[in-house]
Amino acid sequence: MLEFLQLVIGGVSIGCIYALVALGFVLIYKATEVVNFAQGELMMLGAFFAYTFISIFGWNYWVGAAAAIACMFVVGNLTDRVILRPVLGQPQFAIVLVTIGFGYIARSVAGMMPGWGTETYAIETPFSSEGMALIPESMGTLVIAQTDLSVIVATILFCAVLYAFFTYTKLGVAMQASSQNQLASYYMGVPVKSVFSMIWGISAAVAAAAGILLAPTTLIDTSMGFIGLKAFPAAVLGGFGSIPGAVVGGLIIGIIETLAGFYLPPGFKNVAAYVVLLIVLVVRPQGLFGEKTGKRV
Amino acid sequence: MRFLFKTDYDQDIRLAKHSGYYWSYGALIIAVILVPFLLDSYYVGQMTQLYIVATAGVGLMLLSGYTGQVSLGHAAFFGIGAYTEAVLTGNGLSLPFMDEPIVFSFFLSFPLAGILAALAGIVIGIPALRLTGIYLAIATFAFAIVVEEIFSRWESVTNGYSGLLVEYVEIGNLTLTDGTPFYYLALGVLIACILFTLNLLRSPTGRAMMAIRDSEISAQSMGVNLAKVKTIAFALSAGITGLAGALFAHKLGFLSPESFTVFQSLELLVLVVVGGLGSIHGAIFGAMFVLALPQALAIMKDYLPVEIAETPGFEPLIFGLILVLFVIFEPHGIYGRWLKVKLYFQMFPLYKKATFKRQKSYMKSERLK
Repeated sequence: MLEFLQLVIGGVSIGCIYALVALGFVLIYKATEVVNFAQGELMMLGAFFAYTFISIFGWNYWVGAAAAIACMFVVGNLTDRVILRPVLGQPQFAIVLVTIGFGYIARSVAGMMPGWGTETYAIETPFSSEGMALIPESMGTLVIAQTDLSVIVATILFCAVLYAFFTYTKLGVAMQASSQNQLASYYMGVPVKSVFSMIWGISAAVAAAAGILLAPTTLIDTSMGFIGLKAFPAAVLGGFGSIPGAVVGGLIIGIIETLAGFYLPPGFKNVAAYVVLLIVLVVRPQGLFGEKTGKRV
Repeated sequence: MRFLFKTDYDQDIRLAKHSGYYWSYGALIIAVILVPFLLDSYYVGQMTQLYIVATAGVGLMLLSGYTGQVSLGHAAFFGIGAYTEAVLTGNGLSLPFMDEPIVFSFFLSFPLAGILAALAGIVIGIPALRLTGIYLAIATFAFAIVVEEIFSRWESVTNGYSGLLVEYVEIGNLTLTDGTPFYYLALGVLIACILFTLNLLRSPTGRAMMAIRDSEISAQSMGVNLAKVKTIAFALSAGITGLAGALFAHKLGFLSPESFTVFQSLELLVLVVVGGLGSIHGAIFGAMFVLALPQALAIMKDYLPVEIAETPGFEPLIFGLILVLFVIFEPHGIYGRWLKVKLYFQMFPLYKKATFKRQKSYMKSERLK
């Protein structure tokens, strides 16, 4: 039983990373109906920025992390302005391809940057990877690493901030409006285009946070972005346009994956998330929290 | 300049719109038939490769370009075709109650590879009936990852990462799957697939597919059976890609799961988009592009400063840039550019730039609130 709980704790901490990446997908999809296949690459770029500030420039961890997140906000913003705005209004297909292309570009640019390159890097963090006992020693061992705990706490924090942002600020409400009906919100005075850029910025910032939090566990390299592909099942499981759905989906995928890795033969760990995804798409295509959608002609 | 006066509805769907088609495509066919007599065996091999990739492209074009269903997992069907062919012509099919495995001849295993891929297409097509747009792309993507894992884990059949040798197919003294005979085989398969697709697109089913691409709801209200037509599109597309995969197995000579990853799926998608969505020409142009790009880059590297040319991320960067630039500036791909050039010469002094100007459009929502 304790072993099972221990696995679940590990799964939750991985799941939180998936949730943060999925959150980025969902933010963009909800507002602009674009699926960003380069979300994982944004995460990778964020981690590299943090590495530059903290390990190369030698800044304080918190300052460096904040600076990396700010940088990624700008990068996300620019991505929307330069790459996505020209294809607005074209079929989804085109937009998916543009984001895939952007992923390729981001990966090779990161590999070419002086000081970044294709090697694997580590950032020094104030969190240790040693386990902290969760229950008294007499009852057995159930531990959680500080790094895992930091991921979980940061995810909760980010969700709370985003929730407050969307509910209480003018900009957040404008974003919700433009996600519901672009044309109507444009008529009501919402600058839809810059709102879209802003959403891209926020999504990139969330991705950067995920990258920085992930850095102690998986280290930083250019292929880090493939975790983004694992976040698809999370986003779909929760219903693509639902923010709480992304978090719950991420947690479920993380837990299922960890359990599959332990109890099932090798190989199942890699595909468990996708098998779950296929089943969900067959049984309930709109996901757990998604609304039933239709299409207008 | 030629004016076509249409006096008959049949003229809309005729394969050869006017006599010029017989001349130009006739000359093209004679040229490709003469290739083995004129070129080096290396180029014959490259051309064979081109035909195989183009066949796969025709398969994906049918689904993505004509039916409007995005697939990010076509390498899975390609791989299923390849492995079926390799296993059936190599070790053969062995079942528990049989003493000796049955080794299939090429003429039986080749269609079987297509059929098996088509069945896989139906399997993924059935959940796809309820999915649109992006969900479908993600479902096919997940399917491709699962299939890739099966290729690498099902060692008794696919030999896992150690790889599987593919036998040559011999008929009498003739080695069918090597050199010039293989060239004609691949060419024949490509032409057959193109003719099949073109004729399909003239038929009611094909027109229903295009109607689905343009608007699902309109198609449905015109009496198109969405489920049936989509399943047919998936099956045929997967089947054609599977046939290409079977030929590819012989071309490679050695199969390993690394040849059928998600990146191959993306490459197929790039082929279709860069070539030109919604045209068979596009599939051929795209195949040429995908095959020529690495070679062109290799030549380009000789002229670039060493620091740029030697960086490992150079090729993916160009790949990504081309993809992004094509979608932004030339959404109709190489075929669209070809049409523009052709029209320029046809209209010579009177060419109007605005002919192909893109209409401003709002994003069509896939949601209904």
